[in-house]
Amino acid sequence: MQIDLFITCLNDAMFPRTGEATVKLLERLGHTVRFNAAQTCCGQMHFNSGYQEDALKLVRHFVETFRDAEAIVAPSGSCVGMVRDLYPRAAEWAGDEALLEEVNALTPRVFELSEFLVKELGVEDVGAYYPHRVTYHQTCHAMRILRVGDAPLRLLKNVRGLRLVELPDVDQCCGFGGTFSVKNAETSTAMLADKVQSVLSTRAEACTAGDNSCLMHIGGGLSRLQAGTRTVHLAEILASTEQEVFA
Amino acid sequence: MSAGGIIPRKTFQDAAHETLSNAQMRRNLQHATTTIRDKRLRAVSELPDWEELRTQGAAVKDHALAHLGDYLLDLEAAVQRAGGQVHWARDAAEAREIIGSIAEGHGVREVIKVKSITTDEIELNGGLSERGIHAIETDLAELIVQLAEDRPSHILVPAIHRNRAEIRDLFRRKLGADLLTDEPKQLADAARLYLREKFLSTKVAVSGANFAIAESGTVCVVESEGNGRMCVTMPEVLISVMGIEKVLPTWQDVAVFLQLLPRSSTAERMNPYNSFWSGVREGDGPQEFHLVLLDNGRTDVLADEVGRQTLRCIRCSACLNVCPVYERAGGHAYGSVYPGPIGAILTPQLLHLEDKNANTLPWASSLCGACYDACPVKINIPEVLLYLRGKITEEKPLNAEAIAFRTAAWVMSEPHRFEGAIKLARTGQGPLVKQGAIHTLPGMLGGWTDTRDLPPLAAQSFREWWRKRPAPPTRETDGDAQLSEGELLGPQRTDDRGPV
Ligand code: SF4
Repeated sequence: MQIDLFITCLNDAMFPRTGEATVKLLERLGHTVRFNAAQTCCGQMHFNSGYQEDALKLVRHFVETFRDAEAIVAPSGSCVGMVRDLYPRAAEWAGDEALLEEVNALTPRVFELSEFLVKELGVEDVGAYYPHRVTYHQTCHAMRILRVGDAPLRLLKNVRGLRLVELPDVDQCCGFGGTFSVKNAETSTAMLADKVQSVLSTRAEACTAGDNSCLMHIGGGLSRLQAGTRTVHLAEILASTEQEVFA
Repeated sequence: MSAGGIIPRKTFQDAAHETLSNAQMRRNLQHATTTIRDKRLRAVSELPDWEELRTQGAAVKDHALAHLGDYLLDLEAAVQRAGGQVHWARDAAEAREIIGSIAEGHGVREVIKVKSITTDEIELNGGLSERGIHAIETDLAELIVQLAEDRPSHILVPAIHRNRAEIRDLFRRKLGADLLTDEPKQLADAARLYLREKFLSTKVAVSGANFAIAESGTVCVVESEGNGRMCVTMPEVLISVMGIEKVLPTWQDVAVFLQLLPRSSTAERMNPYNSFWSGVREGDGPQEFHLVLLDNGRTDVLADEVGRQTLRCIRCSACLNVCPVYERAGGHAYGSVYPGPIGAILTPQLLHLEDKNANTLPWASSLCGACYDACPVKINIPEVLLYLRGKITEEKPLNAEAIAFRTAAWVMSEPHRFEGAIKLARTGQGPLVKQGAIHTLPGMLGGWTDTRDLPPLAAQSFREWWRKRPAPPTRETDGDAQLSEGELLGPQRTDDRGPV
């Protein structure tokens, strides 16, 4: 299958390893990965911060870039959530009927990585090897907007060598919320403090999730505490094998 | 501090700064919300048709709202037929005036109150005390808040931020109660003794309402303690005040909400007390009944296509109990009698998006979506939050933040600009990176690095890696080796049509 990778701006600039892992993983499963370099950002940050007109520019850009794609896959629950759930809103609120039509034609082809693997491709064992004690953080947008359900867990359970430990209060938000983490830094920090406690209580070596934005937040808290636990994107675990370690 | 009102005196950020530092309150809140949260989940999972019920609840409310004018007129006519009087209040001041003058007309110095969130919205207690009338809260938690000269911090459990020991001390001090321990039964008994005396001696009662039924002119209050029942039956005069959005067309519609409300709010299968009254009946219950229909900004909310769903709210408080922001910052941070996720969308709208402090509320959310999942009438709170953020931002004069976002959108709408910006930032971040992480950032972004580290931009972006990546080997079928379709297609690079 020909898959268009939507890398997302955050991964592109800060977490390229996640992108590399996603490419390797999809190719290992026998698919052709295309990277349309015209892509930039989904516009979530703008839309969520109230700059809807500016977001609209990026919505249009995304639609143009991926118009002809067969399947668009991104290693980010929140960016896919933006596209699937909020692009229609953005077009509606702007009163742009033509854009709404385009968006509605496009959104059924946009997937988050874990849901794409499990629900679209029907793959649960991707042949990965990762000999570590890992805990999984369920990100809000993957869980509540995309309803990826247990897809990430199914994938993790099939990773050889991996010891999965349950994260207490797994359905609690880590407090990132995009600009929320800066605008309401104190409340965000209070939420993060509890999340970091939960992560540390598992004594996991790594905390994983399908979204580097949440992981950047949790990781930022762990790093400040100089805690030994790392954060690592799900794609990097799934791409790792005995021959090639990604994370 | 006066209890109530909907106009925040501070921004959410400033108010949260104060509440977050109250460790006792945070512990009380966390304990209480976690308990209610778990109980609610259990109560809800008992009903196999919960999702259908939610859909139905939303539909009934939407229908009632779409024909609100008609149903309100039906309600008015039916209440009058049953011997009650109906008053229309455009805003809080009008409502206070109406209720105040009725009470004054009966020459009382005290009134009893129950289900008072709407009366808190209109700051009735203050209005009455200007006329020399003292309002006594009869709901146990409201009473605690009143005695402590505090503000309610939860719409269902107004004293959620207090624990038993604090309440025992309060009762000792204010009610002169002879309390030895802080056992719930002892506390309840002390309150009961005080309230019984009030129920028997007070002539005028003021109540809120959960629903009003247009076809019969019936007003309804559901509750757990029985104090409401006392309030609406014992006094000679009953004044009920309700927001205009509380009207339901028929009795059948109420059936839906009598299932949705208790499970969502107290996690009970049914409310212990469901009181319904229609007008007056000679020799039975209050002999004078007034219904005050309050607008106070609601018709404006109704006029807004996206914001309208806010008026479906049945004040169950499920969204508060699941909200991670509410759990940490507490109800007082919202500065209004409507806290939590519903408050974050209702308060600014009731104030026509004109109040600067209230306009910070739509940002008091990480958009985790837990409120939407919990809401029994399916109010898409995250959607409304985003919608309001957009409206508020639109109205603001151009500031540094807006310029930053505009520039970012300009940069990001072109891949080569985006790539250029990454390279620029990579050079710029140099001095900030220490031991592989950024520990301090200037300006607004400092809010992040006060408590969290930030990873630096990667030395090589993904698109740079992709460009340099050796084209995956095109495999050739060597003789008898059988390759799968995927392998035949092979990993390959296509369409790298970036301008740089
Ligand atoms: S918004 Fe929904 S969940 Fe929140 S109080 Fe209202 S009805 Fe309940």
